[in-house]
Amino acid sequence: MSALLEVSQLTGGYGPIQVLHGFDFVVNEGEVVVILGANGAGKTTTLRAISGMIDTDGSVLFAGEQLIGKKPADIVRLGVAHVPQGRGTLPELSVEDNLLVGAYIRKDKEVHADIERWFDVYPVLRDRRTQRAGSLSGGEQQMLAVARALMSRPRLLLLDEPSLGLAPMIVQDLFSRFHRINEETGTTMLVVEQNAQLALSIATRGYVLESGHISIEGAADDLLHDDAIRKAYLGV
Amino acid sequence: MELFVARLFDGLSNGATYALIAMALVIIYKATTLINFAQGEMAMFGAFIVLVLATERGLPIWIALIVGMLISALIGAVIERTLIRPFDPADHLPLVIITLGLFLGFNAVAGIIWRFDPRAFPRMFPDGNVLSFGVATLSWYTVCVVITVIVVAGGVNLFLNTTKIGLAFRAVSSNLESSQLVGIRIGPTLQFGWALAAAVGTLGACVFVATPLRQLEPSVMVRVLIFAASAAALGGLDSLWGAVVGGLIIGMVQSILVQYTTFIPNEMSLATAVIVLMLVLLFRPSGLFGTKRVERV
Repeated sequence: MSALLEVSQLTGGYGPIQVLHGFDFVVNEGEVVVILGANGAGKTTTLRAISGMIDTDGSVLFAGEQLIGKKPADIVRLGVAHVPQGRGTLPELSVEDNLLVGAYIRKDKEVHADIERWFDVYPVLRDRRTQRAGSLSGGEQQMLAVARALMSRPRLLLLDEPSLGLAPMIVQDLFSRFHRINEETGTTMLVVEQNAQLALSIATRGYVLESGHISIEGAADDLLHDDAIRKAYLGV
Repeated sequence: MELFVARLFDGLSNGATYALIAMALVIIYKATTLINFAQGEMAMFGAFIVLVLATERGLPIWIALIVGMLISALIGAVIERTLIRPFDPADHLPLVIITLGLFLGFNAVAGIIWRFDPRAFPRMFPDGNVLSFGVATLSWYTVCVVITVIVVAGGVNLFLNTTKIGLAFRAVSSNLESSQLVGIRIGPTLQFGWALAAAVGTLGACVFVATPLRQLEPSVMVRVLIFAASAAALGGLDSLWGAVVGGLIIGMVQSILVQYTTFIPNEMSLATAVIVLMLVLLFRPSGLFGTKRVERV
């Protein structure tokens, strides 16, 4: 397996507050990698560092290209799509416009075919194609945010707490679709989650982030059965 | 009754001008949630360019208008790039101060270049009346100005809804962070908004002075801006059609108040705009057509 994303000595934060204290991790092509951690551990900040939303130091190599210092708009063009925490839809725009805007960087003629394809995956979005995204339920908005990110045909999809604020049934469904999208399209995924059990069940490998450091790493199966993890993050 | 209708008709043409400037304010507000206080002065400056092109360079007025709007768009784009973009978009105070500075700057520069003597603006619309009964007359000017407003609002809406830059503009207006994450370059998109607003504003100023009843001078848009700002607020600040309806309402309310509240001196008519603005902010902050920021999560 070849590394698609290689993060090393990542440090950064917001203004004077340092959140990331220099750590390394790797995401290989085709993998689903999950980063676990409590609130404030730096999970969201890590994703924001990768997609260029905050200033960081260290090295983030994506397919051999250095992302540190690049602007978000250029990082998307290299093939990194980011679904931010709290959905990040464009509430005043229609469902269909949200998907169109997801393909903003594309110049090919298959955009509309792709929209139909995601409508097939998420039929509820087809039913609501002309509705304002802000009027959708939380679960529908999360589907839309994911579909919109995939409209850019990314090589790497960053998912920030996709389960946040959603009912357990909806979360189950959401993750089983992530699993299927990963298998069918080969899109590599880096998922940040508090719902460790579910995230690990679809993941290849996992990392545990604790106050800006990586404390544990391993295959998803091993982490699921690791006693320390089970106590800290699985609540069993 | 005739008098009432007459005043409504009078208010309509003023209101349509307010609507055009309000639209320019709304375009910039949508992108940046900032009121550009220099919008009226930029429009006045653009109208002078059109005047010069038409009278001194001998261009037909409609060609002069289009060239003037393009030059205004360019000026708007340059202002965005040099004076707006370097500042943090979330910190409004410096930006407000810059737009106030632009207000004074444009006014002074226009005075230096073109002097403060009023100048007649070339006719853009046919003279005479469409219909009249008694004192109430509906002039071609009024009809044409109202049609201009509706065509411009429809055109800008169509443009924003069907073009890629329009999509980017709507995305940036809706959610800045998500727009960055889909690859939209924020700076050039806001620059487009400033250019579009400047062009619409210039059209508004030209239309305002394209009647024998008015002349172009550097301070002609100062009052208009205040009415336009309250029109934009009444319409909801982020709705183009809201700006149109708000403008027409403010224009007519102003005209009727001036007629029927003779105990209020004419000079106080500006206060009506401020009173409307206050009432809107007090009772309906999202205006008539504005987006209520209620979201499900």
